[in-house]
Amino acid sequence: MTATWLIRNASLPGGERTDLLLRDGMIAETGPDLTAPGAQVLDADGLLALPGLVDLHTHLREPGREDAETIETGTRAAAHGGYTAVHAMANTDPVADTAGVVEQVWRLGREAGHCDVQPVGAVTVGLDGTRLAELGAMADSVARVRVFSDDGKCVADPLLMRRALEYVKAFDGVVAQHAEEPRLTQGAQLNEGEVSGRLGLAGWPAVAEEAIIARDCLLAAHVGSALHVCHVSTAGSVEIVRWAKAKGWRVTAEVTPHHLLLTDELAEGYDPVYKVNPPLRTAADVDGVRQGLADGTIDCVATDHAPHPAEYKDTEWADAAMGMTGLEVALRAVQQAMVDTGLLDWAGVADRMSVRPAAIGRLAGHGQLPAAGGPANLTLYDPAARPEPVDPATHASKSRNTPFRGVALPGQVVATFLRGTPTVLDGKLTS
Amino acid sequence: MNRHLIAASDLSRDDALLILDTAEELARISDRPIKKLPTLRGRTVVNLFFEDSTRTRISFEAAAKRLSADVINFSAKGSSVAKGESLKDTALTLEAMGADAVVIRHMASGAPHRLAGWIKGHVVNAGDGMHEHPTQALLDAFTIRRRLRGTPSGGLDGVRVTLVGDVLHSRVARSNIALLGTLGAEVTVVAPPTLLPLAVEGWPCAVSCDLDAVLPKTDVIMMLRVQQERMNAAYFPSVREYSRRYGLDVARMGALPEHAIVMHPGPMNRGVEIAAEVADSPRSTIVEQVANGVSVRMAVLYLLLGGADLGGTNE
Amino acid sequence: MHARRGTESPATGSPPDKRVLEPDEIRRALTRIAHEILERTNGAGDILLLGIPTRGVPLAQRLAERAGEFEGRTIPWGSLDITMYRDDLRLRPARALGKTELPPAGIDGRTVVLVDDVLYSGRTVRAALDALTDLGRPRAVQLAVLVDRGHRELPIRADYVGKNLPTSQREQVKVLVSEVDGEDAVLLSEHEPDEPEHKGALA
Repeated sequence: MTATWLIRNASLPGGERTDLLLRDGMIAETGPDLTAPGAQVLDADGLLALPGLVDLHTHLREPGREDAETIETGTRAAAHGGYTAVHAMANTDPVADTAGVVEQVWRLGREAGHCDVQPVGAVTVGLDGTRLAELGAMADSVARVRVFSDDGKCVADPLLMRRALEYVKAFDGVVAQHAEEPRLTQGAQLNEGEVSGRLGLAGWPAVAEEAIIARDCLLAAHVGSALHVCHVSTAGSVEIVRWAKAKGWRVTAEVTPHHLLLTDELAEGYDPVYKVNPPLRTAADVDGVRQGLADGTIDCVATDHAPHPAEYKDTEWADAAMGMTGLEVALRAVQQAMVDTGLLDWAGVADRMSVRPAAIGRLAGHGQLPAAGGPANLTLYDPAARPEPVDPATHASKSRNTPFRGVALPGQVVATFLRGTPTVLDGKLTS
Repeated sequence: MNRHLIAASDLSRDDALLILDTAEELARISDRPIKKLPTLRGRTVVNLFFEDSTRTRISFEAAAKRLSADVINFSAKGSSVAKGESLKDTALTLEAMGADAVVIRHMASGAPHRLAGWIKGHVVNAGDGMHEHPTQALLDAFTIRRRLRGTPSGGLDGVRVTLVGDVLHSRVARSNIALLGTLGAEVTVVAPPTLLPLAVEGWPCAVSCDLDAVLPKTDVIMMLRVQQERMNAAYFPSVREYSRRYGLDVARMGALPEHAIVMHPGPMNRGVEIAAEVADSPRSTIVEQVANGVSVRMAVLYLLLGGADLGGTNE
Repeated sequence: MHARRGTESPATGSPPDKRVLEPDEIRRALTRIAHEILERTNGAGDILLLGIPTRGVPLAQRLAERAGEFEGRTIPWGSLDITMYRDDLRLRPARALGKTELPPAGIDGRTVVLVDDVLYSGRTVRAALDALTDLGRPRAVQLAVLVDRGHRELPIRADYVGKNLPTSQREQVKVLVSEVDGEDAVLLSEHEPDEPEHKGALA
């Protein structure tokens, strides 16, 4: 039996101020000046009440890479960042390509209890790109997998991608593609451009992403299925998605917080904390993806939280692993990139970071704007807070590879409620 | 000068001239019976070579020894690095051994930058991946100055230099384009489009795909080594075609102005990018480039290590 | 030491530099040294004058030309840079090198006369002797200086001195030569209280 919580004077994403009464995992009531004897009270004056954030793209690393992160530490990091649900990508060891593995991940998430873990199933067995995995079994399992992705790798074979898109129609699934034509990115280290040429790092050309996106949009349209594009990073990719949507095709897309803020020039000191796949791009690409997120061409922000232990990053660039953590700074990065620049209002943020990702993930119980009768999944956020510059030593994640170390991001997640139980209070994890 | 020599693009014109002028003076000791100066006595220079390169390593070793420094050679094959010790741990080991300077050659661009963050000593880049090879560019500039200027002093203003070959993958090209530009030379690069970086239009050099058109207007032609493996990655169809379109043969050497010189950083693919007769002709500076390398490296080591330590900031 | 009309030294508020040698006095001193060299080396049959950069070099040239005029033949001269042999290298950032130019016959078996503008601690000459050792084996080494200002720190003495100039260590001696500075003069000035001693630069 969860405690009853009375949240006073919060600001909803649309702007109205209201009290919220959380009881038995639901939002029992909303309105001004609510009373609830015996309830715990939280003064939310000045705080935004956002629907609990939903991440469509997280790497929890368990099973197999527990030196980088575990489901326990990863979901703590998620809650700390205001998330009530995360989709756990399948590139674990063993790969999540069977009902057995996805059920294990799901169960570990429930036991940890910091946020809901929705496993993503691999598209191909072992992520090897040649044989379809048992997508149906994963869909039918207790984990109810609906999002399938080989992320980390691209489903490059066009025939296999077509088959996958067709097959998931049977259970309203969606294929989430990591768009990277592998023949164009062999040995690639950094966005192919002025910086890579100067630094002597093999280039990762934008066309390797854009060509796959174009192909997959056409395939999805041809077979009448749903495509989701992971971590869109170039302005050209945004244009292609915009074109596909204009045609009425069922294409959705996500962007990471780091692609909304950072460019390839950061690689100039060869610090591998900036090494990521897809790579950081140019200022023009940052503008393009921001515009895309603002006008809804890009449906949501997804962190692609990719923790790595220190020795994988404390090395020469070519040797370093690709990836950045993101769960704990995502909302603040979005505020800096989109709200403080006037590109998106808070209602838009609620849409892009909760409503739409939950819809794309077919995740019941999440992504609902705070209203009486809905599940009590809430994020209370203070946009006016100006905390210390980002220090990964204070993060709940096991790994420290954030590109925002030392950066003064605005805002702070003050509280996170998962079905009426606080996982974060006063900016700190409750457990 | 900076604490480290990592990239030719870090050198100002004054920095570069100081190195070249110092090298001019130091070159004279090769003519002496006692080829030694006491200047770096008691200092330790470590050669940290992760890539095979006997020629460059020996050059640095000779330079350090002529200045009376102690030299320790650390090559990847015989050491803990082969057993998988990280670059960081290797660096910390060298630090504990008291290396005053580390000369590093590594396959990964940016390795010297990382090293500079881990050790207190001075870092000299002997070639990092595709990024830079600053002492090569310095000895090339030194060679050009000696050959084309009556008295070797001042910059290379107005000298027309053409680089031919795999610019995309070449750290020698990057360093030379930067340094020659800093010294006032006019640089042109010639290569098949597949071997030019995408953003080369923004580089401080002219670009051409037609070697024969460029030859009569060249004072220095610098041939870059082309690796046969590039053929397998479809950078060019065959060695024969590459050689025909971009190789410096005797006929093309004849098309150069009379005073023009032929350079090559070595090692050469005789018959591919350069014909044997051209490599052996009096116009070729290939042999003296090697001797000049020792003088230039002596100058670099002296300027980095010979004076007061400028404090622990790693720039 | 005579106080003459002074030149204002660069640091404001400090007393002006005293001119202790004028161009004529320098000229006569060099003439005398040239004669002394000829006398003591029996006509300078096998000598080589080596100036220590920077200002020792034009002085060596002048001495060689003057002695050559008197004797009616060419007396070889050159320069010997001693930077790489200094004992105080680590006290300052690495310095640019001066030129070392020896005549083709070298120094073996010859009497080398080192020429410098000021003799102070003697460390420069010590470095020059080490440099000579690496270049060959002279029959003898002698030293000619325009000014000896005392305060030796090593057992080194000059064979030929233009002017003995007793100084305190707080003072700085500056020699100007027309080939480098546009005029000939020897100036004496006070250090600023926090000015580092320039011994290393002059010695």
